[in-house]
Amino acid sequence: MAGAAEKDIPKKELWGGGRSPFGVTYGKMMMWYFLVSDALTFGGLLIAYGVSRHEVIFPWPIGEQVFEGMPVLGSGYPLMYVALMTFILIVSSVTMVLAVEAGHRNHKPGVVRWLGWTIVGGFFFLGSQAWEWSHFIHGSGGAFKVAGEVTVTATLGSPSSPGETMTFTLKDDDMVFFDGDFGHEYEHAMHAGDHADEGHDAHGHEAHGHEAEGEGHGEDAHVSLENLKPEILILNKYTENKAFVQGAELEKIWKHKGEDTEVFGANLSENEYGPQQYANFFFFVTGFHGFHVFSGVLINIIVFLMVIKGVFEKRGHYEMVEKIGLYWHFVDLVWVFVFTFFYLV
Amino acid sequence: MERDDLIVNDQYALDAHHSEEDGVKIRKKIVFVTLLLTAITFVEVMMGVFIKRADTIGWEMTKWAFILLTMVKAGYIVMTFMHLGDERKNLRNFIIIPYFIFILYLIFIGLTEGNSVLDLRTPDTVIEQVAE
Repeated sequence: MAGAAEKDIPKKELWGGGRSPFGVTYGKMMMWYFLVSDALTFGGLLIAYGVSRHEVIFPWPIGEQVFEGMPVLGSGYPLMYVALMTFILIVSSVTMVLAVEAGHRNHKPGVVRWLGWTIVGGFFFLGSQAWEWSHFIHGSGGAFKVAGEVTVTATLGSPSSPGETMTFTLKDDDMVFFDGDFGHEYEHAMHAGDHADEGHDAHGHEAHGHEAEGEGHGEDAHVSLENLKPEILILNKYTENKAFVQGAELEKIWKHKGEDTEVFGANLSENEYGPQQYANFFFFVTGFHGFHVFSGVLINIIVFLMVIKGVFEKRGHYEMVEKIGLYWHFVDLVWVFVFTFFYLV
Repeated sequence: MERDDLIVNDQYALDAHHSEEDGVKIRKKIVFVTLLLTAITFVEVMMGVFIKRADTIGWEMTKWAFILLTMVKAGYIVMTFMHLGDERKNLRNFIIIPYFIFILYLIFIGLTEGNSVLDLRTPDTVIEQVAE
């Protein structure tokens, strides 16, 4: 793009007033200022994540073992969904460049078409992130903490592809993980038990409703919670040396199960994945980025409507599309870094 | 309507418009960068899935490869998609140089601090184990 930017202008004239020394308009300049500061914010957040990760003694969860779910297909697809999200965001960034390019040719239908696809891509990304969050919050099976000390021999790998055996010594508060299906059954039984307890508290009026609703059901679940026993337990589900135990070895761990130490999924005060900072940073950084995407989609929609109305056609140029394009690419840029440091490294 | 793309007294931004032929060239470049970014992401994911962390040296190198590939991706996004490569040099510098000063410094300070805290924490557990 040959233009003012490439011409060599003497310094005196360049900074002498009456022109933009940087060769860009006021609006673009201010967008760049904003992006520079916003990038420093994200840089600070990612570095804070790095600090936490370096100072934690316990092993940090491994991305491809935590994020291996796929909608509809289930689990066993390490990083595939995040890769898909990254791809969606890159493609929406591309459609945005194409919208900017069409704008430079004053080609209104082109801008409408490409900006439209960009908005669609943005919604896809937001939906994917909502799914990812929901999956992260619900967890994939849950865990409990060990009380006391127990030494077990476990088999590395998974039942479908078992590896060597290895001896683990589990201490107070070490996590042992349920298998997915059993974990969900157990969680259900626990919640049903909670409801039955509420019923017994006899809040007069309200308790009646509860009892009427879940009479036989609640009772059943309460009994089954005590009878529920896993057939398989997993050690180090999200870290190195992932292993499983069955039979007699499982029995040993089950006897050392801490009372009321079950954790299902993640929130801001507990999580099954490992160090608490891991979940907190995940929520904050991807949430902050998701909020940027959300506002980006809103801004894109507003400009999309302005393009359709012909505002920029009358103005004679589509610089507004270029400016929101800068913001949209920035959001993509941040995701590239979040992807590397949260999921890969 | 008043135009807001004024960059010199009575002149407008010259690079805000281009011809049909230029458009073809630009679109070609966009397609190239798209394929490149997709290929890099694919390679990264495959590396993450197949290279085992137990292999310490291999994993250490993989991590650096991830960071390097991320920088390449970031470079293409900023220089091509955000057109920074086509802007005047002084604009490019004021946007990029702060990161080399502040972010590198912050990474150094942050990770040094983190490692130092880990060092302070580690002996306690070792002492505990000995006491047991």
